[in-house]
Amino acid sequence: MIIAQQKPLEEIKGLLANYQSVLIAGCGTCVTVCFAGGEKEVGILASSLRMAFQVDGDPKDIREATVQRQCEWEYIEAIAEQVQQVDAVLSLACGIGVQTMAERFRGKRLLPGLNTAFLGYPVEQGIWKENCAACGNCVLDKTGGICPIARCSKSLLNGPCGGSHDGKCEISDDVECAWDQIYQRLKELGLLDNMLEIMPAKDWSTGRAGGPKRIVREDLRP
Amino acid sequence: MRSGSNLEKILESGAFAVTGELGPPKSADAEVIKRKAAILKGYVDAVNITDNQTAIVRMSSIASGAILVQLGLEPVIQMTCRDRNRIAMQSDLLGAYALGARNLLCLTGDHQVFGNHPQAKNVFDLDSIQLLQMMRAMRDEKKFQCGEDIALEPRFFLGAAENPFADPFEFRALRLAKKVRAGADFIQTQIIYNVPKFAEWMKMVRELGLNQQVKILAGVSPLKSPAVARYMRDKVPGMDVPDEIVERMERAPKEERRAQGIQICVDVINQVREIQGVAGVHIMAVEWEEAVPEVTQKAGLLPRPTL
Repeated sequence: MIIAQQKPLEEIKGLLANYQSVLIAGCGTCVTVCFAGGEKEVGILASSLRMAFQVDGDPKDIREATVQRQCEWEYIEAIAEQVQQVDAVLSLACGIGVQTMAERFRGKRLLPGLNTAFLGYPVEQGIWKENCAACGNCVLDKTGGICPIARCSKSLLNGPCGGSHDGKCEISDDVECAWDQIYQRLKELGLLDNMLEIMPAKDWSTGRAGGPKRIVREDLRP
Repeated sequence: MRSGSNLEKILESGAFAVTGELGPPKSADAEVIKRKAAILKGYVDAVNITDNQTAIVRMSSIASGAILVQLGLEPVIQMTCRDRNRIAMQSDLLGAYALGARNLLCLTGDHQVFGNHPQAKNVFDLDSIQLLQMMRAMRDEKKFQCGEDIALEPRFFLGAAENPFADPFEFRALRLAKKVRAGADFIQTQIIYNVPKFAEWMKMVRELGLNQQVKILAGVSPLKSPAVARYMRDKVPGMDVPDEIVERMERAPKEERRAQGIQICVDVINQVREIQGVAGVHIMAVEWEEAVPEVTQKAGLLPRPTL
């Protein structure tokens, strides 16, 4: 899923400084699951902002709404009326939701309340980990189900580099060495021969390097 | 001959090779290169020029190497994958060859988090193994990475690094084999203080027959002080400094510490020379180039052969 984090309150206050009425819009999918922008977070943030602006002597009309998904036209239609009634919308969706909303509600100021962090999953309560770089050319079959593009600090295809020590990455003891993990996983699977194969230079054009991506499925087109 | 470089000739002759290392200045001052080159000249067969080592901005390795060529000292151009994509690498290395460079060390590169621009965007379009493949294809097949022909190909003697002390230990010799298959002609290892562990790695290297296919230069470095020894032991990922070495540095009286550091380096050289398959040493005395004449003299590595 998409993992995001709320921006600091001071930064959000700065974004809203020039607007009298603001709708805080939550999203019911990824950012709800990672506790960044669901209905509950919308409520807490709205209360904090009301109080903060009150204390500053600048009370604002702060409203709340949450849709199932801000990244799909049919879901955001549900709050079209509420959006029209305010000066600005603070979206607590990921960057995709913010942009879909901005596209749908042209002429309305759409502000991001979150920083979209990465594609990942909750490892345990309160800890999320990045594990996909959306490179457009998956190699997980070769690496025992551990992504070297997202999980190696240098996105190496022929690791581990000389900085791997005790299962950790050279950049920090808090970061696991992805290639050490790949080695151990392939060993468990009896597939260590994969480690001997030289993975050739990657075609990065299927990812960010190839420019903004777009998929067209003719079989699904009307 | 692949490149005809002095380093290649010496290694092919079977002589025990000696390479040094020169860190370019954090400035545009060519005099620094000239001063360091004057210290090293005559004591080593070729000199590595670091490529923004530890991700700290310094004069370019290729420009510094071109200055060395003018001074009659052979450079080993280091190139990391951190700062350039395949387009920039090929372009810069065509230029390096045109400027007279004949040896190239292909490195992954330290992550920029260690350097003085930790907010930089890294590249890592290729890794060190893919860089070797690319440079070998340019030399032996006269092809760019995309497959197009090159009219006049850059003929580098291709090197790579390997760290026998990184993990997983049992994979390190096998990874070296990948570098050899990718095109490495010579290898320079991480700095060795733990000789028994290096010897164990070399045993695995010999079992794979790699010492017959690639020239292995053992990395050594004189320690300046006990503090440096402790720092390397405790803080540098991928370094293995046994307590015994740190204690030797600590026991030396203050005025004899540098001499002790040089003696440890000489001892390591003498020990690794006895290990079958070691074709030379790579002396890394960055910011202490003055130590190299003494180390090479005491280790009986002089005079350097002229071929």
